Amino acid sequence: MTTTGSGEPVVAVRDLTIRYGDHTAVAGVSFEIEHGETFALLGPNGAGKSTTIEILEGYRRRSGGDARVLGVDPGTGGVDWKARLGIVLQSSAEAGSVPVREQLAHFASFYPRPRDVDATLEAVGLADAARTRVRALSGGQRRRLDVALGIVGRPEMLFLDEPTTGFDPAARLRAWDLVERTRALGTTILLTTHYLDEAAELSDRAAVIVGGRLVDIGRIDAIGSPADRIPVVRWQDADGRHEKRTDEPGRVVAALVAAGGEPAGLEVVRPSLEDVYLGLIGHRSLEEQPA
Amino acid sequence: MTAIETIAPVPGRPRLGRVLALGMERTRYEVRSYFRAGDAVFFTFLFPTVMFVIFAAAFSSTGTVGGDGHGHGGISIAAYYLPGLVAAGIVLSGVQNLGIDIAGERSDGTLKRLGGSPLPVGSYFLGKVGMVLTTAIAQLLLLLGVAHFAFGVALPGSASLWSRFAWIFLLSVLMSVVLGIGISGLPRSGRSASAVIVPILLVLQFISGVYFNFADLPDWLKSVAGVFPLKWVAQGMRSVFLPDRFATAEQTGTWDLGTAALMIGGWAVVGLVIALTTFRWVRKDR
Repeated sequence: MTTTGSGEPVVAVRDLTIRYGDHTAVAGVSFEIEHGETFALLGPNGAGKSTTIEILEGYRRRSGGDARVLGVDPGTGGVDWKARLGIVLQSSAEAGSVPVREQLAHFASFYPRPRDVDATLEAVGLADAARTRVRALSGGQRRRLDVALGIVGRPEMLFLDEPTTGFDPAARLRAWDLVERTRALGTTILLTTHYLDEAAELSDRAAVIVGGRLVDIGRIDAIGSPADRIPVVRWQDADGRHEKRTDEPGRVVAALVAAGGEPAGLEVVRPSLEDVYLGLIGHRSLEEQPA
Repeated sequence: MTAIETIAPVPGRPRLGRVLALGMERTRYEVRSYFRAGDAVFFTFLFPTVMFVIFAAAFSSTGTVGGDGHGHGGISIAAYYLPGLVAAGIVLSGVQNLGIDIAGERSDGTLKRLGGSPLPVGSYFLGKVGMVLTTAIAQLLLLLGVAHFAFGVALPGSASLWSRFAWIFLLSVLMSVVLGIGISGLPRSGRSASAVIVPILLVLQFISGVYFNFADLPDWLKSVAGVFPLKWVAQGMRSVFLPDRFATAEQTGTWDLGTAALMIGGWAVVGLVIALTTFRWVRKDR
């Protein structure tokens, strides 16, 4: 059935495979997204993030495995299924001559229970640009219109494919705020992004895809192996700079102090998501090189 | 099951009322977009009228066509060219402009975005029909207005001729729209759309009696043109706008409207089948 409120995941992907001729773009990816969750797909360019999201949006056919979105196979989903989705694609350049408000109102008319058009423009910060033609918008404004088009139908499931690429820092913060508010309404969100701080800020869980394979999945603060998260203690003395990876940084620092007083240049550094992520994709590309 | 159970998607087709209502909304949006794009208005909307004015003015000194040889009973060059350009206007609005328009929508992301929304394909098609019908009628009014008021061309005076005009016009518009949707899949990209589609229509215009007197063409070329629909639209329009005795110049010596209806209707069916079987919001497998 198509119920999603009874603990069934909103998105269920099992062993998803996509091949183009000899090339395997996605090789056996599995994950689930629960109701109300924000889930990030991370990975370098060409890793298979967008291909995966386009399968779930119904734009591409899979070669193997199984996929369900809101209980429906995306390859066969009809207009009633699409009415429950919101899709923010990577940037496109259409409808240049149409004013912003008219474009949004037109798309709102496709949905059974759309959001108020002016309130949506207000929420994405385009209220002042309502009468501007789409082609006269800046890149960031255009992206905000893309987001507005994605949420105007009150989606239960929102796909955000690199929603803030090309934004200035202030615009990114506003976009994050908007995603947070959308999520607060109970919307389930699947996000792809290059920005790890964005994934850390917005998502509950993340999956890392490299070369079409899922190399890790879990809570943002648990991505990577425990070994990748071991803190590093750095200090200086007469012999130069020292660095020690340890599970017990407090004990190391205490021993340093006991031995020679206050150490110069003392730092205790926990690996950032970025360090963990770069470790993950680095390991992977080393493993994939032929012996 | 639970309180948050959502409305179950109904598999299969969207309800007809919704398809029609959204078809109207699409028509409104498409017509406004059409007239907002200034270059398209110039080149496609004004094309039949501009061509008509050029031909009518260029050949105005050649006297009349189809008279008794003593300067009596003939019609002006302008009157003679009018039906061909009425026909060309319909087929160009539908097949050529719509084909290029949709190929562009496929490459600029419009179709991808629509395909991700709950807009039914049928509403999208109806929007195209509505747009072409609206713009073709406006184009026709301009052409007839210029022909009548600037060049003194007499327009049909009888209700039976106008009702004949109405069915040929509506059937031709429908046929042109479905052929336009069908032909839009032919170009590999939006950039190549004009280069692929325009020459096909240009050849058809030349062999179908739009720019040349059809009766002057060699028989084999007439037969080739007879396979394609534009010749029959033009012939139908001649039966409306030219005096009845001009029928003797046609291939069979009559207006042959039965065959015209069959050919235009047949191409409409062919176009509909191609449109329904080949139209995709996005190319699913590349």
